[in-house]
Formats: sequence, structure tokens, C-alpha cells
Amino acid sequence: MAKMVRILVAKPGLDGHDRGAKYIARALKDAGYEVIYTGIRQTPESIVVTAIQEDVDFVGLSLLSGAHNELFPKVVELLREKDASDIIVFGGGVIPTEDIPFLKEKGIEAVFTHGTPIKEITDFIEKRLEKQ
Amino acid sequence: MSEYKTINEKKADWEESTLKNVLDRFPEQQEEFVTGSGHPVERLYLPSGISEEEYIGKIGFPGEYPYTRGVQPTMYRGRFWTMRQYAGFGTAEESNQRYKYLLEQGQTGLSIAFDLPTQIGYDSDDSMSEGEVGKVGVAIDSLKDMEILFEGIPLDKVSTSMTINAPAAILLAMYIAVAEKQGVTRDKLRGTIQNDILKEYIARGTYIFPPAPSMRLINNIFEFCSKEVPKWNTISISGYHIREAGSTAVQEIAFTIADGIEYVRNAIGVGLDVDSFAGRLSFFFNAHNDLLEEVAKYRAARRIWARVMKEKFNAKKEKSMMMRFHTQTGGSTLTAQQPDNNIVRVTIQTLAAVLGGTQSLHTNSRDEALALPSQESVMIALRTQQIVANESGVTSTIDPLAGSYCIEAITDRIASEAWDYIEKIETMGGMVKAIEKGYVQKEIQDSAYRYQRDVEDGSRIVVGVNKFTVEEEPQKGLLKVDPSLRTVQVEKLARVKGERDNVAVTASLKALKKGAESEDENLMPLILDAVKKYTTLGEISGILREVFGEFQESIVL
Amino acid sequence: MDLVDKVQSGSIRGIARTISLIENNSPQKEDIIDELYPHTGNAMVWGITGPPGAGKSTLVDCLIKRERKQGRRVAVIAIDPSSPYSGGAILGDRTRMQKHSTDEGVYIRSMASRGHLGGVSVATGDAVKILDAAGYDTIIIETIGVGQTEVEIIELCDIVLLVLVPGMGDEIQAMKAGVMEIGDIFVINKKDCDGADRLKTEVEYVLGIKNALTGEEPNPVLLASSKLDEGIDELVEAIHDYLKKAQTTGRFEEKRRDRIEKDVHKIFSSKVHELLNIHLDIENNLGEWISSILNGETAPYKLINSKLNRFVKENRII
Repeated sequence: MAKMVRILVAKPGLDGHDRGAKYIARALKDAGYEVIYTGIRQTPESIVVTAIQEDVDFVGLSLLSGAHNELFPKVVELLREKDASDIIVFGGGVIPTEDIPFLKEKGIEAVFTHGTPIKEITDFIEKRLEKQ
Repeated sequence: MSEYKTINEKKADWEESTLKNVLDRFPEQQEEFVTGSGHPVERLYLPSGISEEEYIGKIGFPGEYPYTRGVQPTMYRGRFWTMRQYAGFGTAEESNQRYKYLLEQGQTGLSIAFDLPTQIGYDSDDSMSEGEVGKVGVAIDSLKDMEILFEGIPLDKVSTSMTINAPAAILLAMYIAVAEKQGVTRDKLRGTIQNDILKEYIARGTYIFPPAPSMRLINNIFEFCSKEVPKWNTISISGYHIREAGSTAVQEIAFTIADGIEYVRNAIGVGLDVDSFAGRLSFFFNAHNDLLEEVAKYRAARRIWARVMKEKFNAKKEKSMMMRFHTQTGGSTLTAQQPDNNIVRVTIQTLAAVLGGTQSLHTNSRDEALALPSQESVMIALRTQQIVANESGVTSTIDPLAGSYCIEAITDRIASEAWDYIEKIETMGGMVKAIEKGYVQKEIQDSAYRYQRDVEDGSRIVVGVNKFTVEEEPQKGLLKVDPSLRTVQVEKLARVKGERDNVAVTASLKALKKGAESEDENLMPLILDAVKKYTTLGEISGILREVFGEFQESIVL
Repeated sequence: MDLVDKVQSGSIRGIARTISLIENNSPQKEDIIDELYPHTGNAMVWGITGPPGAGKSTLVDCLIKRERKQGRRVAVIAIDPSSPYSGGAILGDRTRMQKHSTDEGVYIRSMASRGHLGGVSVATGDAVKILDAAGYDTIIIETIGVGQTEVEIIELCDIVLLVLVPGMGDEIQAMKAGVMEIGDIFVINKKDCDGADRLKTEVEYVLGIKNALTGEEPNPVLLASSKLDEGIDELVEAIHDYLKKAQTTGRFEEKRRDRIEKDVHKIFSSKVHELLNIHLDIENNLGEWISSILNGETAPYKLINSKLNRFVKENRII
């Protein structure tokens, strides 16, 4: 049996807008992946523990409150500390284009903002998996 | 000799000849045309043959039951809607500057945006506040911040709307305390607190406590204000966020009104007389792009609420049956691609809200799909309202689209479908039960999913996103919140805690805890007392968290 | 083996990776299970089942809290159905238990059914063994939700809690369908709601009949509210009492032997099938065989018996 792809969709910080995260979770399920959704108000610590326990291949972070420059890199950092930097992190939400280079530098491999078609995300996932 | 024919017969003739001639050669662009919410729209609407009696009963006159045409008899001929731009970011000092700027530019009311830690009852130095301080609104940790926020702004001259829910009692107390220091008495204060916890559970996520104690706080505020702050709107029952979460226009008003029913029933349940508080209930709706549907939506909402208050709750005062509402243009309709297009979208949405009879309006700025608005963008948004008010002519008459066959038909349809939802929720035992069952959330999510799939497969066009796209340079000039803000705020907080009378603070917290534990006590006076002693928002919320517990999200996927 | 060491030392990554290997039916699976096996047998395995909407996840959250208070390390396996169309799944049970995510003594793993009917996934049993070997004292399995076919939970657990809630309308139906056979302890959740007491009486009545027939002790029926965190202490006490009693009466050992027996049969079955598939090339020949049955050349038993007889002869088995 081929390895099933598992993806964690998480909402770090205090932002409670989950329409996007829920849509992505559902769409990724329709694309054939197993999606673990954490709910809102997760700390970076709890996201990382969850990612490791669930042995996910990807972590998708959704944030609309502007705290992405602080919280997204924190998740990547903690994954590194726990020897889990093979888990690929991507993000989405309300993120100005000019912040994306910084996030990529910090280890967030892709940022999918509002209006991105699902196909772009699944293409990214498939391509990344091929690389492994 | 001319044969007398009815309109419907003539319509059939038209369809078989004039229309058919064109359709045979040029088919229409789509198989079916639908509104923003997915409802079919007719090619042509005709006079419905409404009788005079029906007109008087269903449509009526502005300022009279059922208020379909508006809640004021002169509407914008008497006074334009309040132009109230939601603003707030960073420190109280920065926000204070932005408010003064907006007032100078002709804004007629203030609307305060608070950051997430403040909305969820955390001080800026709390570990949960990391990365969030001052980002989506102003950071308020204590009365000191509130004093800075309103420095130089006379609270007897402006009306202030505060978008605050779970800790609304605390922010209201702070506002009253600031006014007192300015020498302004409570009876002069005008404004609104959002204070709508039910929609937090449904769509917005900034709740703290579980439903029962949250409703208690709301009742405390209703009671306190009806006696002490009589000009204050104690709640803004909101549909905006429900629509942003993906609901249809029908669901937006249906769920909002169902929330309203729950609040009214709850307040009556603790012994308040409906006419003592209902006149101060206000609403908050969205304005999306489908102009016709939106105008019909507002009219339907007014009609339904009037009937609810009269028939379900036996309200006697006119004011108790009038639905007054604030509108905000739809954030989720803004695109990150080709941001200037958003100015056009906001204009259409403004027109919808004004033709729909809103009492106050916030217009979004073109760059808000990317960040909080820059000063330049926010001015354009304000000018949009001012141009519609002063140059478009639509304010010269009341409810201009009434009588339009299309508008009346859609108004009726929306009203009927919204009623169905409201009755269904009543059979479930009310909104709190419906939320617990996950019914409301699931309806919204299904609509949201359908909408998104339509955008993805191209059956719903979003200009600049799935059609008419261009290669773009990243947007410049976006607002950036200084990340060192948290440090600044934490230092400020430490200073406040050092300078205040900590013995008095501890005593006030103790008294608050005792009051919270006893279900009958009105907590407003206790909160006011604590706030005046510079007890922080986090400290007060912390005590309440201890006594009331925290709400656990129940995921419906 | 490196992974086995990691599991035994309690490494979260190690445990997680190992469970994934098992789930994906890796060739290393059998060796890993065999190596870990001697280290299993210490954990108590609780099963939580019941119709959707009964509040199972919230109940598990309460149970974790109590077990942790008593110093026990807890692992949870939460199972949700996979989409029959896409094969994917949304696993959302752990959202109600997330506050335990940073407690080092708690391990939560979400599993999708991956097409398997029975209420659990194929890999659940093995995942339990891994968590057992890793040192978790209590392992809680939350199944998809009970119906007539989702009963495999009995085979995996030392105790099964059946969670019911009032107002679901079809609770009587559930009882008639024989679902009552599954539970060792019955929990009437949402006890603050109308009808909870009535449901309890109804359940006790039906159980009374069953117990009269089998002569067994009456199963406990308890009222609780996972939302209000009430009735949970009593429930946990009842669970531990049940387990203790099962151990003293020998029922516990019996169940474990049953479990291993079922396991052995299952593995044999699948291995034999695998073996025959290779030797008889079932996959490639199946089309032909079906055609020959369809056009009357042969009949099912005749066909299969002849193939098997030939296999036995060719391999000089008898």
C-alpha cells in the first residue's frame, strides 16, 4: 500500500477566522489526503507536538491577524529543535506579499494567500513529495 | 379593434415573438442566472398585482410598522447615515492620531478596533499574546491606555462604537471612567458595544466564557445601561461575521435575527421588561456585491424583526420594533489581486447599503485583503461614502427601489426563507441549542464550501482572480505594525502596575470574584470600580475565567 | 532495530513513525510487532463507542484528565471514517482533547478507517501494541460510532464503554439491533438534557432482560455530562472496578486469550490467502475463472477445490 499523505491544518495564535482553514481541510480531504485539523487558538508548541504525534508530512498554518512573522517561524524553529525538520511547513491567510521572502527564509516553504486555487496547493504537495 | 390582454398574456406574446427572435440568434450568457447567494433570478419581473391592503401591510411607510421602507420618516433627507470607519492598531497613541485624522476628514462617529489579546481578555504581557499585540486593533491593557486613546476627543460630542464582545463590560466601564475624568456624565454618552457573544461561537471565534455566564454579563449590561447610560446601544447583533464566514444573504439575516430572539428572550427571562431595553438593541450587517439581493435583504430583515418584536414579544413601543443597523462592506469580497478594483466593489456595496437604508456605514479600504488600511486608502474609502451621500442623488428620496418588481419579489423571497430558518431554530429550542448541535455552523460551512468550489471551477467569476488576471508587482505602501510594539506595551503595563494602589486592586478583584460567584449580582458596578483602580483587563478577565470557565470550541467539519 | 528502541524509550517521533509504518503496511511491520510483543500486555485498553453526536471525544478529554491526575500515562487513538470517494479523511476528534497536547504523559493519534468497516482501522490493533510497548498505562480507543457492523472494538479492548445521549430518537432501535451486546459499561451522556433519566431507565430495563438470560451481573449504567465535567469520577471508578473484577474472576485473561486467538486466525487467514495468491496467481487468473463459472464450464466449489487439491498434491503437503 502506498504511503498515505497526512497533513496537519492548524491555526496558531488568537485569530478565530477558520473559514479558510476549514475549506482547505475539506478540499485536501477531497484530494485524497488525511487531514488532521486542530481547531483555533493553538500555540506553536501544541502544533509541533501534534505534528509529530500524528507523523504528518506537511503542516499548513492559517493566520489572518498579522502575527505570521512571529508565529510561523516559531513553528519551524520548534520542529527543528525536536528533530522534525523533515516536516514541510506552508502557510496562508492575510499575508502581505512583501513578508513572503522573510517567511521563506525562515523555513516556510510556500505561502498561499486568499484566492489561491486548491490545485496550486495540491501541485505543491505532490511536487514536494516526489522530491523525498 | 384592440384586444384587451393581461400583463401575463402579453408576457407570453413577448416571449414567443420579440424575445424568441433574439434568443434564437443570440443565446443568453448562462443557462441559469443566480444571485450572490445562488438563488435564481428571473429574466424579467412584472407587476405582482399587489393590492393596496397588501402594500400597507407588507411595505408601508418609512418610520412605521413594519418598517420595510426604513426606520426614520425622513431617512437621509433628514440626516445622512453616520460615516463610521472602523479603526485601531498599534498603541493607543497611534490610534488616537488616526481617530483625530478621520474626524478632521469628516467622519461623523468613531469605531474602535481592538487587538486580539484585548478581545480575548489577555494583557499584552501574557504568553498567549505573542505576535498579536496591536496587530488587528489597538492594545488596551488598562484604563491608562483608554485615557490615551480618547485624549483630546470630547466624549459628549462623538458617538463611539466599540467592537468588543466577551470583555465588553470591561471596555464599557473604561469608557465611562474616561468620560467621568473629562467631566462628561453617563447620561450624555452615545455609542455602541458589539457585545454579541452568540456570533462569536458561530463565526468569529473571540469568545472567552461559556454561553450561560456570557448571557449573564449581557443581561447585566442591558440592565445597567437602561438606568445609567440610557443613550447607549448595548448590543450590536451581528450578521456581518456570519456572512464573512460564508453564509448566504438569507442565512445572514435569519441567524442574526435568531440570535436577537435569544438575547431578548434571555433578558425577559431575568425579569427585564422588553420595552425597557429593546429600543437600544442594534444590528450589524454585511454588504456584498449583488446589489439587488442586498437591498432586498435589508428590507426583509426590517420587516421580520418588526413582526418578531410585535408578535413574539408583545413589544408596545415603536422603538422596540425598529431595526436600526450599521453596515460594513464585505471584507471577504476584496481581492489581493489588482487592489484598486476593490474601490469599485466597495462603491457598489456602499450603494447597496444606502439604498437598503442603513443607519451607519463602514467602507473597507482597497488594501485590506493584504493588511490594515494605509491612511491614503482609508481616505478613499471615506470619500466613497461622501460622494454617494452628496453627489449621487439616491439620498433625495426614501427607499428608491421600492415598487421595483424585482426588488419586491426578492424581498418577499428572502423574508420567507429567513422565516423558515428562524422557525426551524425555534423548534430546536433556540439559538444556543442550535449552536450546540452544530446546525448553524454546518449550514454556513456548506454555503462557504459551495461558494469556494464555484470560484475554483470558474462558474462564479471574481474579476482579477479567476478572470481578467494580470501579472502583478507586489503591493507597496502597506501598513506595517511595528513588532517592537509588544515590548513598548509591556513596559507601559509594568509602569501602571507599579504606580497604582495594588492593595485596592486586590480588594476590587476579590469583590469581583464574589460577585461573579453569586448569580444575581450585577457585575457592572464591580467592574467599574476595578477599572478605575487601574486593574488590568487581563486581571479582570482572569478572575472571570476562574469563576465562569472557558468555552470549548466544538468543531463541525 | 532502531525504531523498536525508540518506541521502548518512549520517543514520540519513534512511536509516531512506527505507527505510520504499520498503517502503511510496510515490509518491516511483522518484525517490529514481533520484537515489541514481549513488552506488551501492561496497558489497559478502553474502547469508547456510540452514535455520532454522543459527545465521545469530549468524554475522552475528561477521562484523560482523571487518568493523568492518578499519575497514569494515557494514549488515545481516535478513529474517523475515510471518504469512500477520495480515500482522504478529515480527522477532527483531537480538537476536543487539544489542551492535553503539551502534556508529556499524553499521546493522541488520529487514524482514518481507510475503507475498513468495523468501526476501527486495520492497523488499530497493532497501534495499540506499539503504544503498550512504549509504556502507556491506559490506551483509549475512540471509534467512529456504533451501528450494526462497527463492533470490532470488542476484540481490541479490555473494557468497552457505550455512550448514548437522550433525544436521538433511535436509541431504542440501537438497542434492538443488538448493539447492547457490545458495552460493558453504559454511559448516558448530556445528563443535563431532557430525557436522560428516562433513557437510563430504558437501558437498564433492556440490560436487565439480557442479564437475566445470561446470568451475568448487571452492567453499570451511569449518567454523566462531559460538557459540565460531571459524573466522570464515578465513571472512572466504575471502569477501574470492572477491570479489577475481570482480573480476579479470570474474565480478563479469558478476553485476552480470545483476543490473541482472533489475531492468530486473522493473521493465518491473511497469510494463507497471500500464499495462495502467489502460488495460484489468483489475481491474474481470477478473470478467467469467473468467466468459466459464468458460462457454465464449472461451478464455484468445484473450481476452487480442484485448484486447492492440485496445490496440495504439487507441494506434497499430504
